[in-house]
Amino acid sequence: MTSGGIRIKAWAAAAAFALFSGAAWANPQPGQLNMTRGVSEWSPEAYFLNNVALGVCTVIGVLVFGAMFVAMFRFRKSRGAVAEKWSHNTMLEVVWTTIPVIILIVLAWMSTGGLVSFADTTGSQMTVKVTGYQWKWRYDYVDYQGKAIDGVGFMSKLDDQSNETRQLDSGLDPKSVKVGDENTYLLNVDKPLVLPVDTKVRFVITAGDVIHSWWVPALGWKIDAIPGIVNAAWTNIKVPGTYRGQCAELCGQDHGFMPIVVKAVSKAEFAQWLAQQEAAGKAPPATPATPAVPAPASTAAAPASASTTAAPAAKTPGKQG
Amino acid sequence: MAHAATHDHHDEHHGAPSNFFTRWFMSTNHKDIGTLYLVFSLLMFFIGGSFAMVIRAELFKPGMQLVQPYFFNEMTTMHALVMIFGAIMPAFVGLGNWMIPLMVGAPDMALPRMNNLSFWILPFAFALMLSTLFMQGGGPAGGWTMYPPLSLQSDSVAYVVFAIHLMGISSIMGAINIIATILNMRAPGMDLLKMPVFVWSWLITAFLLIAVMPVLAGAVTMLLTDKYFGTSFFNAAGGGDPVLYQHVFWFFGHPEVYIMILPAFGIISEIVPTFSRKPIFGYKAMVFAIAAIAFLSFIVWAHHMFAVGLPLGAEIFFMYATMLISVPTGIKVFNWVSTMWGGSLTFETPMLFAIAFIILFTIGGFSGLMLALVPADFQYHDTYFVVAHFHYVLVTGAAFAIMAATYYWLPKWTGHMYSEFWGKVHFWCSVVFVNVLFFPQHFLGLAGMPRRIPDYNVAFADFNMISSIGGFLFGASQLIFLGVIVHCAFFSRKKAADRVWEGARGLEWTVPSPAPHHTFALPPVIHDDELAHGHVDD
Ligand SMILES: [Cu+2]
Ligand SMILES: [Cu+2]
Repeated sequence: MTSGGIRIKAWAAAAAFALFSGAAWANPQPGQLNMTRGVSEWSPEAYFLNNVALGVCTVIGVLVFGAMFVAMFRFRKSRGAVAEKWSHNTMLEVVWTTIPVIILIVLAWMSTGGLVSFADTTGSQMTVKVTGYQWKWRYDYVDYQGKAIDGVGFMSKLDDQSNETRQLDSGLDPKSVKVGDENTYLLNVDKPLVLPVDTKVRFVITAGDVIHSWWVPALGWKIDAIPGIVNAAWTNIKVPGTYRGQCAELCGQDHGFMPIVVKAVSKAEFAQWLAQQEAAGKAPPATPATPAVPAPASTAAAPASASTTAAPAAKTPGKQG
Repeated sequence: MAHAATHDHHDEHHGAPSNFFTRWFMSTNHKDIGTLYLVFSLLMFFIGGSFAMVIRAELFKPGMQLVQPYFFNEMTTMHALVMIFGAIMPAFVGLGNWMIPLMVGAPDMALPRMNNLSFWILPFAFALMLSTLFMQGGGPAGGWTMYPPLSLQSDSVAYVVFAIHLMGISSIMGAINIIATILNMRAPGMDLLKMPVFVWSWLITAFLLIAVMPVLAGAVTMLLTDKYFGTSFFNAAGGGDPVLYQHVFWFFGHPEVYIMILPAFGIISEIVPTFSRKPIFGYKAMVFAIAAIAFLSFIVWAHHMFAVGLPLGAEIFFMYATMLISVPTGIKVFNWVSTMWGGSLTFETPMLFAIAFIILFTIGGFSGLMLALVPADFQYHDTYFVVAHFHYVLVTGAAFAIMAATYYWLPKWTGHMYSEFWGKVHFWCSVVFVNVLFFPQHFLGLAGMPRRIPDYNVAFADFNMISSIGGFLFGASQLIFLGVIVHCAFFSRKKAADRVWEGARGLEWTVPSPAPHHTFALPPVIHDDELAHGHVDD
């Protein structure tokens, strides 16, 4: 009895692990069945709520559908069932109105907590401006640890290998688009967004043409990038690594081809990277008017908005910790 | 008796006009117009379905094999517009046209000429909209929600806006007609609280239509003037707000969701008692639940917009309001199950579809509850999880209810029995393949696949291939449906009885099968025990 119980528990734990564990999976895996826990301070909120809601729905589903199947078996006319006449039962009706209300109150309470913590973007140590364009992202580093950053910003678009492969009848195999062992077809960019771990990063998110949505599942949320509106969100990544996402709001023909890659590195590495970028941004002062990466002609409009990053920088609280 | 009254009176009336054109194009008869609506809806179901086949074929495996991304977007947009406005809504209007006068003992709809007009607008509206696919610049490709600024980049804005205006006018006229019929034309003794739940559900739906179709018309008109007349309602550069459009659109859009599901609730509430041979459990609670859902539908619209950056207070309000909807919806599901409990059940095709509806719609309701939880929705929003959710609600919900209703009333319409064997084949193919099609999409969404993308990472390949296979087979299964209907209408030799189903109650079963061209020219004398809900005391 005991050992059986333990075995069942072990099995259940293994099944639960297979279904719900996700710490190791930052990026989509073949056969993946559930959301992952994510790697940021906040992302477990969404994951936990998802699992609780899924569990509640499963239990209610088993009870209701179970009752239905019992009815379908027991009350078949072919088994001689004679229809009864009753058509209401106040007691039952009160019970099945009250129980869902109680469950809902618990779920609402849990979600409200997660929502309030997500809405709090104060106390950030870094600000990044994200701008969506058809069909690429622009990242401008606004400030870091209380200091304004000057001239670090770049476009980030689909990597060339994915881009060639995704052309209609390219004859290229999406399976061969890889970085190391990982298939990165449509999930890789030429220049990732580099962020430090253990740092509360505030994003200010907008768009230059149509509405996009910035989504990296491992960070736990998405938020729309809307022209004329600046949305704010935050993350605090706990595990170094490369995290992939995609534009989540239909934005035209290449909506499926504007991925997002976040590379989370240690603070030391990040400081080094940032210094490099700042130096590179200042090195050729005369030739290009802007620090943007060599961009195709269609992105010519983008650098203009880079100059506006000065404004959010001034408004940033700039507190340290 | 109703039966006798119809017969006696019938001699002095003519049957249907023999001239084809006069009968079908100039009809003011609720049954013929109902048939027109249903045939039109079936045609649109196959056109919209063929767009879905293109989508699933392109998504069969990673890489672009068949169509350009822009055309893919035209397909997703048109699939939704055709299925929502062309297939689901006209099917319910057709069922309402056919059955509401028969169920309340009225000789016809209250406004028969307007009835003709509201149908004949539709073919023109859809011809206008579908024609854009053949034009230079292509059809609309910004999604059926038509969010600006993206939707304004399309060359077909004017066509689509005008088509939507026409559909809206048609829906509003249809709704007015239904309200007028139900409130004014009931036979003496058909009290409001003795009406079939299907009639109740349509009465409430009609009010929703009148309330929100003008809102949609206003929203798309602002798109039109933004595009062609230099206004800036939704253009940030001109002082407008792209998010305003989303608020206005979803103020229409969420009630629209219930416009597509409340009549389905009504249908299921007729079919389950019939094949359980037991009165519906909690009639008043059922009616009240529909009214409560309709009311709540006006205050939950922003749950489609949790990712646009709403203020915290708004997110909390819309989350709570949305969660609240699961209470009346739960009551309906519990009541259907209780109706079956203690009954004497048989499982003809309409009942099979009704049972599948209850289970699968509830699964769609579960994912709906999950989507209401804002922190989790930050992950679910705009992924395949949402696609799975609304297809469970609309395909295994609304479309399954329409199929159930078709099998349920087809013998009454045609006077012949459909083939029960092929009906069941159609059911089992549909119910298996629809789950193969949509269930894996939950996993895709949870794993991070956005919706409305023509191509995807290799990690999403397996479930997409399963989903596509399910899609092709589900699509093919609907040819069986077509076959069963054609067979029943033109070739079946098996005469249907007046009361087609042993447990069926209600006035529609007191008239002959097929229902004569004119019924209830004299109001029927109503006996409460002939009604489905004649003895309501709870
Ligand atoms: Cu985008
Ligand atoms: Cu809604």
